Amino acid sequence: MSQDTVISAKNLSLTFQTNDGPVNALKDVSLDINRGEFVSFIGPSGCGKTTFLRVMADLEKPTAGKVTVNGVSPEEARKNRAYGYVFQAAGLYPWRTIGGNIRLPLEIMGYDKAAQAERVKQVLELVELAGFEKKYPWQLSGGMQQRASIARALAFDADILLMDEPFGALDEIVRDHLNEQLLALWKKTNKTIGFVTHSIPEAVFLSTKIVVMSPRPGRISDVIDSPLPAERPLDIRDTKEFIELSHRVREGLRAGHEAE
Amino acid sequence: MRGQATRMQKIALPLGFGLLVVLLWEAMVRGLDIPLAILPAPSEIADRFAASTGTLWIDFVQTVIKGALTGMLIGTLTGFAVALLIDRSDFLRRGLLPVASFMAALPIVGVAPIMVMWFGFDWHSKAAVVAVMVFFPMLVNTLAGLGATDLMQRDLMRTYSATHVQSLIKLRLPAAMPFIFNGLKIATTLALIGAIVAEYFGSPTRGMGFRISTEVGRLGIDMVWAEIVVSAISGTVLYGLVALVERWVTFWHPSQR
Repeated sequence: MSQDTVISAKNLSLTFQTNDGPVNALKDVSLDINRGEFVSFIGPSGCGKTTFLRVMADLEKPTAGKVTVNGVSPEEARKNRAYGYVFQAAGLYPWRTIGGNIRLPLEIMGYDKAAQAERVKQVLELVELAGFEKKYPWQLSGGMQQRASIARALAFDADILLMDEPFGALDEIVRDHLNEQLLALWKKTNKTIGFVTHSIPEAVFLSTKIVVMSPRPGRISDVIDSPLPAERPLDIRDTKEFIELSHRVREGLRAGHEAE
Repeated sequence: MRGQATRMQKIALPLGFGLLVVLLWEAMVRGLDIPLAILPAPSEIADRFAASTGTLWIDFVQTVIKGALTGMLIGTLTGFAVALLIDRSDFLRRGLLPVASFMAALPIVGVAPIMVMWFGFDWHSKAAVVAVMVFFPMLVNTLAGLGATDLMQRDLMRTYSATHVQSLIKLRLPAAMPFIFNGLKIATTLALIGAIVAEYFGSPTRGMGFRISTEVGRLGIDMVWAEIVVSAISGTVLYGLVALVERWVTFWHPSQR
């Protein structure tokens, strides 16, 4: 753990007690995430990738091991409003406009009116939704709603962004476009991003670090530092490096599967 | 164009059918020579209505404004407040909710005379009966509404480390509004029934329930019907007002937009 470590997990385990007996959602997971990294968590369902993200966000409590976020416990980090969280569904409140939804965390955190208006305008531009401030969520497409929910997570000063399969429900073309936008946004804002996905191309395209996970018990089977350059146009996906990296991720996923 | 046509139909169709019922009624009473004491013709009811607007107004104020509306206000506000309390504490949920559902099972014909003994003949006892009647539906609907948010929405509030009050005001109360208005609509219907029936057990010499029970005794059935008309109109207007406010408050709900 160096000075640049933002999130650090040591021998993390989480067991859910269910009616069918205990389920090992996470077992002995250790990982360091550095400032400014874009880390993807990839694996089949049940590998604990979402649970891992939720532990970082203090939405789940680990049963063993230790996690720190910004050097403190996840609970303290949550209370310091250290991260923005993007869920699988946009989850915008239908009684609030897009602007009102983005204003929601700002109101709760006590930003004054002028700061609220300025930040709403700023993040709407960032996700290319300027002009949609007064629209209601149900008047927007699924992709636009998800962009608004990202804007909501960006509106306040958290330097960590945790995203749980944010584009999972969107079609391929919209997803490509949002991936490009997300990369640009990450470069502009310098945030540390934790990103859960089950798409190999998405993980390879976005990440500086790919964490391959496998199920039963949920654990890390491979951590890959991406050799791809920082500048990534969409057609980088046809390069040899990209294909090789995808291949390695696929191998990692397969190895995890066979070890069962 | 199509929208306008259906809107016209929405108003014209029920009006037409209503008119048809009234016409058939009038023809039947005249044709079969039915005595007034059994069933007055609509025209006779209308005559009586026009001749007694003064009395009808006094009864309306006594029963609808003072009895039903006051009672509804007290009962729904209490139901709402108790719902907030019960939502806050599991202890109260286990202790108060069964008591409240027991209250809901009390028959109005049993409660009304007791309330008259407690609060006197005037409208106060009627408001009390109404309050008791509307309390439970309001409580249950508000509670259901407060539980209507999904896990993700509550998680979101948690990531902002929002306080209980913040997440109540910003998330759970707005999400509960469709349920709360459902409770209010049920309450409007119950309030009129309660206020009228409660007057059967003692009231000053005014009020819709009082008038109905005395006019029946004097075979003034046309007056009874005139009061029924007032009650039906009040009920419809009250329900319509609540529905209108609901439309305005829950414009975002799929059932409204």
